[in-house]
Amino acid sequence: MTDHSEIDSVSGTATTGHEWDGIRELNTPLPRWWVYTFYLTIVWAIGYWVLYPAWPLITSNTRGLLGYSSRANVAVELANLDKIRGDRMAALGAASLADIEKDPALLALARARGRTVFGDNCAPCHGSGAAGSKGFPNLNDDDWLWGGTLDQIEQTIRYGARSGNDNGHQGQMLAFGKDGTLKPDEIVTVANYVRSLSGLPTRAGYDAAAGAKIFAENCVACHGENAKGNPELGAPNLTDRIWLYGSDEATIIETITNGRAGVMPAWEGRLDPVTLKAMAVYVHSLGGGK
Amino acid sequence: MNKPVTPEELQYDNYGPLYAARKKVYPQSVSGTFRRIKWALMAVCLGVYYLLPFVRWNRGLGAPDQAVLIDFPNRRFYFFFIELWPQEVYYFTGLLILAAVILFLMNSIGGRIWCGYLCPQTVWTDLFYAVERLVEGDRRERMKKDAAAHKWTAKRICEVVLKHSIWLMIAWWTGGAWVLYFSDAPTLVKDLPTFQAPLLAYVWIGILTTTTYLLAGYMREQVCVYMCPWPRIQASLTDEWALNVTYRYDRGEKRCSVKKAAELRALGEHAGDCVDCNQCVAVCPTGIDIRNGPQLECIQCGLCIDACDTVMKKIGRPTGLIGYDNDINIHLRQEGNAPIYRIVRPRTMVYSAVIALVGGIMLYALATRSLLDINVLHDRNPVAIKLSDGSIRNAYTVRLLNKSGFDRVIAFDIDGPVNAAVHVVGADSVTPDRPEIVIPRDTTTELRLLVTAPEETNPEKSIPVNFHVTDIGLGVVASATDNFVAP
Repeated sequence: MTDHSEIDSVSGTATTGHEWDGIRELNTPLPRWWVYTFYLTIVWAIGYWVLYPAWPLITSNTRGLLGYSSRANVAVELANLDKIRGDRMAALGAASLADIEKDPALLALARARGRTVFGDNCAPCHGSGAAGSKGFPNLNDDDWLWGGTLDQIEQTIRYGARSGNDNGHQGQMLAFGKDGTLKPDEIVTVANYVRSLSGLPTRAGYDAAAGAKIFAENCVACHGENAKGNPELGAPNLTDRIWLYGSDEATIIETITNGRAGVMPAWEGRLDPVTLKAMAVYVHSLGGGK
Repeated sequence: MNKPVTPEELQYDNYGPLYAARKKVYPQSVSGTFRRIKWALMAVCLGVYYLLPFVRWNRGLGAPDQAVLIDFPNRRFYFFFIELWPQEVYYFTGLLILAAVILFLMNSIGGRIWCGYLCPQTVWTDLFYAVERLVEGDRRERMKKDAAAHKWTAKRICEVVLKHSIWLMIAWWTGGAWVLYFSDAPTLVKDLPTFQAPLLAYVWIGILTTTTYLLAGYMREQVCVYMCPWPRIQASLTDEWALNVTYRYDRGEKRCSVKKAAELRALGEHAGDCVDCNQCVAVCPTGIDIRNGPQLECIQCGLCIDACDTVMKKIGRPTGLIGYDNDINIHLRQEGNAPIYRIVRPRTMVYSAVIALVGGIMLYALATRSLLDINVLHDRNPVAIKLSDGSIRNAYTVRLLNKSGFDRVIAFDIDGPVNAAVHVVGADSVTPDRPEIVIPRDTTTELRLLVTAPEETNPEKSIPVNFHVTDIGLGVVASATDNFVAP
């Protein structure tokens, strides 16, 4: 190849020797330091590929000689954290639920732990402040479907309700309308009777005696003769002012017709035993605990 | 092409070049009243600085027994009977204001007496000069030795090594004493040589050793002249009545020898007292000539007064040719009037009043400082809860600050909602309506407090509620206000 390069008379710089329609190109190469830095980055990259996880493969990726893994680092960090918390968490695990509430330091620890874990696991249904919503109980109040003592709360968290766990709470509200147990007009009557139990106004011309009769024949088995409910079965107290699904007539009719069977998951196995205890204390300390 | 500017061209009129290399100052030893005052103040200042961390103060079991301690890990400041928490840092603001105004007052009475007698830079430099004088000899010898810097005899090497060793020792102790204020002093003194002390202690000792050695050993008067803002600030705080170190030129001029002065006086003519012996220049730690009038470099230490008085006594003339004085008096004397010293004047009275006011406010704040505080934070989510019987419950996070040195048993009372009940989560339920809680000494306790009130008696959407904390034993009450809200 013939070298056509020459010195450009205006700039005094060599040309590349290429010519396009009379236009020639000055040869101004990159600075040396830049080029060598660039080569260095290439060498660096090769070293990086060898030492660190780099190339994607079909199902995984190259691991690298150093065995670095950010996931493993997280595991180490978490283990360190557990070590730091070890003593205090052990104290929490050793104390009974009642003792935790009486010891200010343990109570503070359980509440701090509980608040965080509640936000991660419980807030989607119960809300970040545990105020609940329709179908999801408010945990701040004093109305408890499955009991509000520390032990009862812990049991509900641990095993859930209608959760599929063998130890979980099993009771449910039957679908009296769908099953054909009650006729629609009977449902309206008993719905008004239920409203009257907590002093809510009833529909004009409603037959209180008929309502009481239907209630006695169908509902007392779970809700009790005085309609105060039964925490063994998760049957709510119908005489108080708190309604999980709503107290208006339409909602009560819907409840009686189709039944209710909200699910509380079982957290045993998903949360460690100490955390479960902290959760029970936290929920109890929100204010509604018995 | 522009010609390079020569240093000679960088001159403003007669003030000399913009840059001048430092001329090393060799202050001569001097004795007299002001020198004695300076020694005494140096002893007091350094004594307090080095020994204060070892002073003990009994605060009871479990509390530190160091009289002055800045406890960073536990976020406490101890000063004898005072213990301050981080949120009370405004006391330090008050202290700084007080210090500034006291400095103003000192300045309006006696010029830069702070600089001359009390400033750490002056005190340590003075100490370093004393060491230098002890090891290398007085002014003349030191100048001679420095001039013959290349002659490294064994004696000279010993001297230089000894001087720097003593300097470094003093500097090291300066840093060492500093860290003692931040930890239990006797423990730290044991931990430091055995390398048990925290790394930060060694770092701080290193920093302060370096700064003390450099500032007092090498930079000296340059710190005052070039680095310190105070000489500039004080110029705006002084007035014509302030007593600055002044050469009484009415008496001193015209300078002439002792012999010539005697001849002139024999002829009944005026002769100045200044014999131009330059002793005032020789003793000056900033190397200036006070006879040129008030100067930025002058730190008002009064050593030139001592030097001049010594000479005046020798030649049998009255002392006080240089003294704490001002130009007004010089003019008064020139006119044949008696000098006037006005210490009490509007400026000093205003400063004194400000000092009294700030000091009074601080004392009052300290004396009436609450040792039991309460902060209340209303739950945001949910704001209010309806209970099964229809009553309303609000939850609050209550933070109690027990700043006293003993545990307290406190009870909560509230007023606001009608027929309200208070419950504290975790508190003994023996007294459900008036929960009693133990709050440990010197700690912050956080509690969850529930207020429940019937809906019927509290129909308003929001009711102001006052929380009262009563110390069961002492009856001290702290209060906080929040709202009781309906769902």
